[in-house]
Parts: sequence; C-alpha cells; structure tokens
Amino acid sequence: MSENFMLQIIDVSKVFGYGFLGRIKFPAVDHVFLNIEDKPKIFTIAGESGCGKTTLARMILGIIEPSSGTLLYRNKNLQKLSSKDKLWFLKEVQGVFQDPYDTFNPLKRVETYLFEAARNLLGLKNHEEASKYIDDTLKLMGLSLKDVKGKYPREFSGGELQRVSIARALISKPKLMVVDEPVSMIDASMRMNILNMFKDLRDNDEISFIYITHDLATAYYISDDMAIMYRGVIVETGPAERVLIERHHPYTKALIDALPEYVKRSEWLIKKTKPPGMEIKEFVIPYCKYAHLCQFKMHICTQKRPPMFDVNGVKVSCWLYQ
Amino acid sequence: MPALSFLKSIGKNFIFLYKNNFKFRLGFTLIMILFILGFAVSPFSPTSTRTWYVVPRDRPPSLEYLLGTSSMGRDVFWELCASIGKSLTIALITALIASHIGLFVGLISGIRGGILDRFLMFISDTFIIVPGFLLLIVVISIIKSWITIPLLGAIISIVSWPWPARQVRSMVLSLRERTFVYTAKLSGMRTGKVLLFEIMPYVLGWHLVNFTNTILFSIGTESGLAIFGLSILGDNTLGVMLYWALNYYALFRGIWWWITAPIITLVLIFISFYLVSIGLSEYLHRIIG
Amino acid sequence: MELVLRAVNLKGGYSLKSSYASASQHEIYVDAVSGVSLELLRNEIFGIAGESGCGKSTLIKMLYGYLEPPLVLKDGSIYLYTKEGKEIPITSLTKEQLKKDVFWRHVSYIPQSSMNVLNPTMRIRDHFAEMLKLHAGMNKEEAYKEAEKYVEHMGLPKDVLAAFPHQLSGGMRQRVVISLALLMKPDLILADEPTSALDVINQQAVLTMLRDSQESFKNTVVIVSHDMGVHGVITHRIAVMYAGRIMEIGRTEEIFEDPLHPYTQALIKALPRLGDKAQRRGLSGHPPDLKNPPPGCRFRPRCPSYGSQCREETPSLIEVKPGRYVECWLYST
Repeated sequence: MSENFMLQIIDVSKVFGYGFLGRIKFPAVDHVFLNIEDKPKIFTIAGESGCGKTTLARMILGIIEPSSGTLLYRNKNLQKLSSKDKLWFLKEVQGVFQDPYDTFNPLKRVETYLFEAARNLLGLKNHEEASKYIDDTLKLMGLSLKDVKGKYPREFSGGELQRVSIARALISKPKLMVVDEPVSMIDASMRMNILNMFKDLRDNDEISFIYITHDLATAYYISDDMAIMYRGVIVETGPAERVLIERHHPYTKALIDALPEYVKRSEWLIKKTKPPGMEIKEFVIPYCKYAHLCQFKMHICTQKRPPMFDVNGVKVSCWLYQ
Repeated sequence: MPALSFLKSIGKNFIFLYKNNFKFRLGFTLIMILFILGFAVSPFSPTSTRTWYVVPRDRPPSLEYLLGTSSMGRDVFWELCASIGKSLTIALITALIASHIGLFVGLISGIRGGILDRFLMFISDTFIIVPGFLLLIVVISIIKSWITIPLLGAIISIVSWPWPARQVRSMVLSLRERTFVYTAKLSGMRTGKVLLFEIMPYVLGWHLVNFTNTILFSIGTESGLAIFGLSILGDNTLGVMLYWALNYYALFRGIWWWITAPIITLVLIFISFYLVSIGLSEYLHRIIG
Repeated sequence: MELVLRAVNLKGGYSLKSSYASASQHEIYVDAVSGVSLELLRNEIFGIAGESGCGKSTLIKMLYGYLEPPLVLKDGSIYLYTKEGKEIPITSLTKEQLKKDVFWRHVSYIPQSSMNVLNPTMRIRDHFAEMLKLHAGMNKEEAYKEAEKYVEHMGLPKDVLAAFPHQLSGGMRQRVVISLALLMKPDLILADEPTSALDVINQQAVLTMLRDSQESFKNTVVIVSHDMGVHGVITHRIAVMYAGRIMEIGRTEEIFEDPLHPYTQALIKALPRLGDKAQRRGLSGHPPDLKNPPPGCRFRPRCPSYGSQCREETPSLIEVKPGRYVECWLYST
C-alpha cells in the first residue's frame, strides 16, 4: 500500500557539460530519490554550495529539465504536463530565490510581477480586484500595496524585498513553496522574522515548504524533515531532529562539528576535518563520493556506492550501517 | 498606456544623456547639422546637382560659390548637401534592415537555443567569415546598371546583420539565467512576454548602439565601393563625389576644394556618429552594466 | 597590555555623484564611519561584528590606510605601534609610503575574495617569491626554498606551490592568502569577511589556521564578520557596529553571556542554536539610510527600549566596566 506523496523524485539526475565544447560532463544531481509527504511540513535539503541542492530545487519548480529520471507532483509527471496542467502546477508550486535584488528586474517596478501573477495564475484581469487581492496577500507579510506601488527593487531593503518576493509566490495560494536560501542574504536581525513567517504559513495555511540551505542552525530551527546532500547525492534523510542530533553519516557529523557556535568555543578549534581539495573530480567518482575525506573509510567504500540503509527511521547512505 | 510611458521614458533618458554627456551632446548636434544640410537644405539647390556644366568649372571657394565649383561644372556646396542626404539615406536603410534582422535573429537564437540556435549562428558565422567587402564588390558589379539608392542600402545590410545578431544573442544568453526571468516564468509569463518585458529593456539600448555603428559601417562601405566605381555614379553620394574628384585628378590640378569637402564631411560623419555611440555606451554601462 | 593600534575619532565615507535617476549632479555623501575610536591590543583576536551597511568593511579599509576614491577620510587619526617600538601615523602617510614600508610588513589586509589578492597568471610559489624578493631581498632560489618551508609550517600541502590560483578551491586559496599575509610577520592582520564565501568545513580550516598562527606569532588579528558564530568560536574581544558607530566593545564571553546594548541583545537573542527550538524574534525595520542618518542615537528607530534623550543627543562610547564599553543612554548618567 503506497502512501500518497505530494512530490516524488525518482532516480533524477542532471548532468552539465563544461570545458571545451562542453565535453567534460559532471552530474550536479546524481540519481536522487526523494519523497515528500502530503502533509504541511517543512522539508529541508541541506548541503554545502555546489552539492546540487539548487539544481534539484530548480527541477522541482520545473525551471530546468532533468537529464534522466522522473519527477511526479501529485502523481503527474512534470515533463509530460498538458497546458492546463502546467497552469495548475504553477498555481500549486511556487518558489522564492536567494537574492531578492535579482528576483525582480532592476529596470521594472516590483508590482508588475504581483499583477502578472494575479492575472496569469488567478485570472484577475480587473485592476481593482487584483489590487485588493494583492494588498491582502502583502498584508500577510507585514506590507501593503501602498508601500510597494511605484517602487523599483533598489528602493527596498533586503528584508522587505524578500517579503515582497514571498508575497508574490503566495498569490496563487500554492500548496508547496520551494524556498532556495531565502534568508542567507538577509541580515541576521531580520532572518528570524522571515523564518517565523514560514512556520506560521505551515501551521495556519497548511503550506508545505522545501527549504534549501547550507545553514544547519536555521535548518534545525524550522525543519520537520531533512535531507543532507553531498556532491549531488543524498547521504542522509529523516526527521530533522534526529538527523542533526544523532549524526549518522560521517559527512553530517563533520558538517555539524564544523558549525561555529559560541557554546562550542573550547572544543571547536580542536576537532578538525580534512577539507575538500579539487572539487570537480569528486563529482564523477562511481563509488562513495565522501570516501576520500571520510575518517571511517573502508575498502568497500572505494568499490561501490552505498544504498540507503534504514537506521530506525533515518535513512543513511553509508556502508557503516550495512 | 504602456506604449506612451515607454516613449516618455525614452524621452527622459535622452534628455538626461544630452544634458550630462558631452560626447553625446557634441555628436548629436553634429548629426543634426548634417541631417539639416542633407535633407532640409539640399532641396533648395538653385542649380542642378546632376546635370553637367551648370556653373563655370573649377572656380575656387568664393561668396558666390561657397565651396567652389567642380570640374563637372557643379556647385560643390550644393552637391555636398545632396551627397550628405543620399549617403545618410543609404546608411539609414542599411541600419534599419541589418540591425533589426540582427535583433530578431539574436533574440530568437538566444532564447530558444538548441538546433535553431546552432543553425542561425552557422548562417551568421558564414557571413562573418566571408569577406563582406569582396562579396559586395562581386554583387554590385553584376547589378551595377540597375542599382538604386535604396537597393544599395539593402545590399550592404546583407553583410552587416551578423554582428548585431551575435551581440544580441550573447546578451540574451546571459540574461536568460537571471533570477528575474525565473520569477517572470513562475508568475505565468510566457516566453514572448518574457522576451519583450524582461529581456528587451536590457537589449534595447545596445540595439540603438548597434544601429548607430551600422550607420557608420554602411557609410564607410559605400564610400569604399564608390571609389572602385561600384556605386551609383550618376547620383550624388559622398563616395561618388570622391570618385569623380579622384578621376579628375582634382588634387593634382589644384582643385582641392572639390576633394576635401567630401573627405572632411566623411570624417565629421564618422566622428559624430562615433561620439553618439560612445556616449550611449557609457550611459548604458552605468545604468545597466 | 601593549597597544598595537590606536584609532581616534575616525570619520569617513563615500562621496558619490548622484545616480542616473535624478537629473541634477549634486554630490551625495554616505556617512559610513561616523566617529569611531578604537584600541587594539597586541596578541589578541579582535572581532568586528555587525550587519550589512554598518560600516565594518569601511572601517577596516581605513585602518589599513587603503583610501581609494570614492572612499574619503574626513577626520581622525590612526597610529600603529610596531613590535620594535616604532609609532607609525597611518593617516599622515601617502599611499606610496604605505606601500613601501607598511603594507605586508606591519599591516596585512585580507579582502573577502581571495582572487583579489592572487595574480591569476602567476603560480603560488611566485607569489611568495615576489614578496620575499621585495621585502627580504632574497633571490628566486632562496625564495622558493623559504616558501616551501613556510608553507609546510602553515599546514598547507606542498603541491600548492606549483599550482595556479584558479586550480585551487576557494578554501585553499584563502589559506594561501593568509599565509602570504603572515609571511613577513606583520604586527596587525585585518581580515574582511575571510570565510563568508566558504562552506562550513573550509571555514573551519581557515579559522583554525588564523587562530593557530596567531598563537604562534603572537600578533593581532582583526576579523570582520556578520556571522556571530564565527566571533563566538575564535575571537577574544568583539566590537559591535551599527550604522557607522560602535555600539559595544567587550570580551567575547561577556558579549555573548551578558550583552548590554539593546542591539547586541537582539543579535544574540536571534541566533539559532542546534538543539534549541525555542521561538526566536528578530528586530523589525531596517538599518538607516546613511545618506540621511536619523538624529541622535542611530539605533533609536528600532530600539525596543528607547527614551526621549535618544532622539536628541547621540550617546558616546563609555567604559562602564574595565574593558567594557557601551554607547547607549541606558548606561550613561
């Protein structure tokens, strides 16, 4: 009996070519399997820059196509959507991006996107109707149409503009929001307000989130479930609390040990992990991608890529848990 | 009304550029003078500029004949005015055709990518590699007897469209990956609208620069062809003036006013359009980068 | 404790012509650093914390003496005290004098992006060789040998020397830059967001290198970072900046365990911590526009505990306990 999943990522890979004529290929996303439940939850995909999380996010949003594999949203294949379904998908799944100042065209007034979304996704062609609706949505974010009207992106502070970006995404009343590093360019003093808004939207409006980040501290703060990515592969996934506290995969352990926090002051500089060197090589190896940096490396780690092993509800891709 | 506000913003930008950029101001003023001479003043020529021996030949500049007279018996000043007009006409036709073909090809190629992109770029690269001037020499030699001013402009555009196409395409390629294009798509905007409202504002300024540069290219090409005798020798263009002056050995015979007038005018045209182009580029770099 | 740098009432900012949007061309001045006085001690790691637009990067550039337009220094003086006992008046020297005698020798500056320091056409060993030739008079052979020894001592793999900058990862490049910065054993190292562009594991390697080298050379390192976690693990003392002024200075333990200024308190309270799911609250509003700063205390518009005096007068930095400074009317008489 299969659970009805909201989103299913089945053996998805994305291969990019670079170098002369794009002949050197490397998999930014490498055979990823992931299921998001159909419940209002915040699912975090965490990893360092270059691990493939942004590429994965873009495939979920339908902005780029996978090289292989299938993405199913409510059992509909994203690559085989009819035009009616495409509109439905845009309404259901929306995104917020990292840089609020690039999210909007610097040469255009910010409100144009809000009105476009209202017109294209909800059919609100009447200006007054659309204005009222947009105003209500902005109020959810602590803003109003009066504050926003007539202004260009550079006239906003980072935090405000990001809230406008979130409001734009909320216009179609989506069920799933894919937010890619939404607070990493926002000042620390304003981050928490935005993250709290995500939590409220989950609790009050039953919206699910896929939160992409490299910051494990904020991930811990808002996540329900979590997946850790490394070099295009998911190395661990499960309830956020357990993944971050139990730290099964050696990479998860290394990430958390390296997190700078005042309370760890005395031991932080003593625990040292070998940092990655020349990175591109590590993407294409056919065995465990973390093998060369891993303190627990065994022979089998350099032979085959480990499948996901279940450790009491947390799935770990590591031969240690066979 | 979006069209009205678009025109208004162009007007605002132009006024700002004119007031604040010396190069643009100087270039634009010179261009205005040239246009006035070429189109507003030249119809009032008291003597014909196409028939021979309408005035005494080889007279130096005086109060009666401001720039002297040529060996063909024409008033050099009025001939110059007519030539400016005709040369500018050819250049404008070339620029209009070539820069817009280039814009269209660049936009389509850049936003669609894939096989269409490779096909269009293959064609454009072919025209870049094949020596344009030689191609023009061949073509015009063949149709020399029935070529007209507009047709000449159109033919030169055949070899000048690839450069704007490449430039526009590269702009589109980089703009395509900007986050706001994703935002537009997520807001339900279709590819056509994205092209028009997200990408065009960036490309438009450079389109104008391409237009200006194509004018320069066209005038230079026409003059070059004319010196080879491959222009409309019965009509007046700056290149043709040069051709006849050279053929009559004007410099050797001391009729310096007949040959210096078109040369200096050509130089002025180049400088003025170049200044406008540079001024515009500086401005675009500052606001768009 | 011995002083290594004294900055007195620094005032400076950016002098800009108006943007293209307005037709008139009058000058606009961004008051980025507005009356900052600072004393840095020998043998410490000093952190400057603050958010975007607080002026910390500008302050660092001023301390280094790197005043490239549109950055202007309007008032104030900076004195550097070398370990040989010399006093160098940074603000009175010309750029040429600074380049000749001070940069890399007594003060090193590490910018946020390491690629701004490394020459992409030169191998790493040639970077070291160039510096050793210039400042220690060595020839190429001697310099290469010295570079090999030094790089090993700093914990970098030897094959880094033969590489070009673009062949190394961002973290490795940053560590190379730090090694270069420490090569001539300067008294003061100024690092502007040294790890912001790096992932957590590389960040740990870079910060560890800074800490280890500081412990062995006993110099002074100033780290500018918006990440309070970085300050928490590595610094001895912290200065918290906001809108061009220093709001609080104290030992790291004091700042984290007993923050005095309302802004510092908000920053510490907003820090997420692994293992703690308690609701956090951030500040409302945003930092002031430094082209037009608010009167009185610049934090007043966002302060949860402001009073009437805060709008009228700007408070000054006052030593409320030995070594503990706060700029807030709550703590002044």
